[in-house]
Amino acid sequence: MARVGVFICDCGVNIASTVDVPKVVEYAMTLQKVAIAKEYKYMCSDPGQNLILDTIKEYKLDRIVVSSCSPRMHELTFRICVNKGKINPYYFEMANIREQCSWVHQKDKEAATKKAMKLTEIAVAKVLRNEPLFPLYSPVIKRALVIGGGIAGIQASLDLGDAGHETVIVERESSIGGRMSQLDKTFPTLDCSQCILSPKMVAVAQNKNIKIYTYAEVEEVQGYVGNFTVKIRKKARYVDMVKCTGCGVCTQKCPAKTSSEFNEKTGDRKAIYTPFPQAVPNVPVIDKNNCIYFLKGKCKVCEKFCPSNAIIYNQEDEVVEEKFGAIVVATGIDIYDHSNYGEYGYGKYKNVLSGLQFERMVSSSGPTDGHILRPSDQEEPKDVVFIQCVGARDPSKGQDYCARVCCMWTAKQAILLKEHLPNSRAYIFYIDIRAFGKGYEEFVRRAQVDYQVTYLRGRVSRIYEKGKKLRVLGTDTLAGGQVEIDADMVILADAMVPKYDSVKVAQTLGIPYDTYRFFTELHPKLAPVETVTSGIFLAGACSGPKDIPDTVAQAGAAAAKVCALFSKDNIEIEPTIAQVNFSLCSGCETCKLVCPFNAIEMREREIRRGVKRSIANVIESVCRGCGTCVGSCYCKAIDLRGFRDKQIMAELEAVCIE
Amino acid sequence: MNNWEPNIVGFLCNWCSYAGADLTGLSRKEYPANIKIIKLPCTGRMDPMFIIEAFKLGADGVLVSGCHPGDCHYNKGNLYWQRRFLVVSELLNNFGIDKNRFFASWVSASEGVKFSEVVKNVTEKIRELGPLTK
Amino acid sequence: MKFAYFPGCSLHSTAKEYDASTKFVCGRLGIELVEIPNWVCCGATPIHRTNALASIALPAKNLLWAQTENLPVAAPCSECFSRLKLANLEVAENEELKKNVSEVLGETYEGNVDIYHLPQVIIEKIGLKEIEKKVAKKLSGLKIASYYGCLLTRPPKVATFDRIEDPQFLDNLVLSLGAESVNWAYKTECCGATFSLSKKELVLKLTNDILQNAYDEKADCIMVACPLCHSNLDLRQKEVEKKYKVKYNLPVFYFTQLIGLSMGADIRGLGLKRHMVSAEKLLSSKGLI
Repeated sequence: MARVGVFICDCGVNIASTVDVPKVVEYAMTLQKVAIAKEYKYMCSDPGQNLILDTIKEYKLDRIVVSSCSPRMHELTFRICVNKGKINPYYFEMANIREQCSWVHQKDKEAATKKAMKLTEIAVAKVLRNEPLFPLYSPVIKRALVIGGGIAGIQASLDLGDAGHETVIVERESSIGGRMSQLDKTFPTLDCSQCILSPKMVAVAQNKNIKIYTYAEVEEVQGYVGNFTVKIRKKARYVDMVKCTGCGVCTQKCPAKTSSEFNEKTGDRKAIYTPFPQAVPNVPVIDKNNCIYFLKGKCKVCEKFCPSNAIIYNQEDEVVEEKFGAIVVATGIDIYDHSNYGEYGYGKYKNVLSGLQFERMVSSSGPTDGHILRPSDQEEPKDVVFIQCVGARDPSKGQDYCARVCCMWTAKQAILLKEHLPNSRAYIFYIDIRAFGKGYEEFVRRAQVDYQVTYLRGRVSRIYEKGKKLRVLGTDTLAGGQVEIDADMVILADAMVPKYDSVKVAQTLGIPYDTYRFFTELHPKLAPVETVTSGIFLAGACSGPKDIPDTVAQAGAAAAKVCALFSKDNIEIEPTIAQVNFSLCSGCETCKLVCPFNAIEMREREIRRGVKRSIANVIESVCRGCGTCVGSCYCKAIDLRGFRDKQIMAELEAVCIE
Repeated sequence: MNNWEPNIVGFLCNWCSYAGADLTGLSRKEYPANIKIIKLPCTGRMDPMFIIEAFKLGADGVLVSGCHPGDCHYNKGNLYWQRRFLVVSELLNNFGIDKNRFFASWVSASEGVKFSEVVKNVTEKIRELGPLTK
Repeated sequence: MKFAYFPGCSLHSTAKEYDASTKFVCGRLGIELVEIPNWVCCGATPIHRTNALASIALPAKNLLWAQTENLPVAAPCSECFSRLKLANLEVAENEELKKNVSEVLGETYEGNVDIYHLPQVIIEKIGLKEIEKKVAKKLSGLKIASYYGCLLTRPPKVATFDRIEDPQFLDNLVLSLGAESVNWAYKTECCGATFSLSKKELVLKLTNDILQNAYDEKADCIMVACPLCHSNLDLRQKEVEKKYKVKYNLPVFYFTQLIGLSMGADIRGLGLKRHMVSAEKLLSSKGLI
């Protein structure tokens, strides 16, 4: 004989100010098999949970319903609580009377109260059809995959490697290093980016627990937390990783030139190249699209000069399959395509540069050896205009968000300009200055006071060439007037945008992304590195614009989460998985066909004495509980624990029958 | 039936649309209280029988909402649902149920505003159609 | 393709050549224009600065006929286009406004008429490919600065064109006619429009900036799609030259005149003789007339 206890939460005023909770309690008491219904201010709090435990004892309850917030918030909290009260955690249901009732029907209290009653009734109807379920255990493979070898991936791998866990970095480019390696100096300390990054890159290469796959991409991810099977495509680099000593002769001798991606197209590279001198691994790749041999069938200069016979023209892509227990996604960002701002003339005027292009220009390893020169005529610029928020905080371009680093980045670039060319003048157009980090505000002040950078609060409407100069039309909203500056160079701050293929990556991994295509955290405040897919974690700017300190902190956090996962030999898997009723299964294999996880196998089974048939069988450790097989079964022979037909039908009846 | 209020069943997948509906709440976007939500792990779990049964039991409208194509937490459960949806909506006419009472939508976890719009729209349409007469 | 044609006040007065060339080009392209009978003011600046309801009711009055006839509307003037489309949007979005407007009109206006700017009709609905087919004489060697002005691409809610601040569609048309398109900066700057009468000095400054930039970028002439733009750039050009002690001598064409020219129309028929800055010398120097 089932005895249900119903607990209705006020959530302070969040529920109680809209829903008449005592009325819901009263209604719950009238429901079938409900032994007791109680109200409490905060059901999730310790006293709230104690109330549930005491009531379980007092009323000999065996099933519990809590009407409160979304189960996404506190289902686990209450399951644990119920379990403490010696009730199976699956004899528990939640009615979502906050997110899906009180918060969305604030204007109609009566309707909200009625709906809260109904939602409670639905939960009671379901819990009566629930069954006890017991967690399944699955072993944890203690190897981590880190996707992306920028500063986020590097930091996460180092932390994981140091903790003793085998870690694989998969990096798309031919070297690790990422965006940070393109930067000259870093704010607010102005230490050289490459100088603080290189030691970390070397440390990764030397760590015996870390394996690096560069020039490689993740193609397919199967499995679940603790047990992912990942296919990695190692693209052909046409150079033998083992034989190559990194002497660089091939690059020197290669006759084919093309513009360098690393230098943001401001300089050239060869067809066989490493993106930058400190590359890790220091093994070049042949860019097939620009190599004379691949295009025309002859040349082979690199092969001729290579002292170690490391060139392999007929190398092919290789796909390897490896097992991992956890995945850290650190795929980073792209830079906003400034040519969307036709009015700024990026791509049209040589002297309008992106922030990263300027960064390469200032860098002593860049195409101008660190000399700031106007691209049109290689003269030193006198007046340089910096524009912030290009591709950020601009709803007309669909980019509503703040790109978060540009204020600091621009201040830094203006300082670098003044340090390189003390007689130059720097102007910065800004909307607001957001200098929130440690030492940031002081840094901006230094730019303004010590370096005499002119800050103009307003947007630029238009840039056009006038003679050798760029005429910049803008407003200064503080002075209340229009501004015209004849500049030698204009630098457009680079808004961070998601990687161009972030959606494809998200779909490969099965993680959600937001309207801008950044990956979504499990919780923006309380679970910033987790995703809804357990075992997959986020690090760095792939989940939204971040500066280096935040990225490093997040990478460490992601590594710590992986370590916590790896501290167990087995992990619990939700028992809400599919189950076959052998006597009903006709063996049609439809379920096997539709299962996204290959969790169904056909197995010969004796269904009656002497009668054997091939029928479906669920591989419990592989099933993820989506229920697609259940929706497809013609014979109703397969059902989903926790979401059985009879449970959903009971809910449906509760909804429909007044 | 002066005080008639439409009774609408909403089947939402756990990962996108249910989360989207939660976001609607977090952002305090109002929508009519006529819809009552049943959570499913995935729209792939949707059995066409649920739709038929819902109308049989007297629901005035049914909404099923899941992840956008390509974004399914289980890779492709929503695509199987999409195929079933096409069949079921045609079938409804044979049962004497106006297929315009049956709605499907894609709402992602970040589309809180869209969810409220969808519910408003569904509720309005059902109001226009009036109560389901047996 | 049939459209309800809303010429607006300019096309029946200062911009008769725009009207004539529009009718010629549309005739050639198989666009039927039926002038809205008894049309009234579009609700332009003098009204929308003073009476909010009238600024919606007036354009709505013009749209009523299109609603009854179930025709899309084509408006050659940017200001008319903007007012008509805005009225349509606002009525569609705002129930109370709809009620008030309908009360004024004595008839319900629903706010569901499709409204197009003339370049949209010709470039989007007909397409550049079709126009190219009809080009009899390429405008080779003519360097044209396409001037969009303020309202053709703004506000984005009303004018749903591609790139608000750096539009391209008129430039693409120029290329289709076999002419050269000038890459210049002032294509969407304001010409001062109706301030031409009340604040002339302001208009002279704004117009000078526009002409200066077109001149600097080596344009032979300017192409417009709005009678107000035309009157400021053409009518005021001599005054600008006098005030700023410059010499531009930049003829200003309506885009329909240039299409007409490329289709082999007679310059008198296109009203090219009506311009203040004569175009004949330029056109004959390029061998186009």
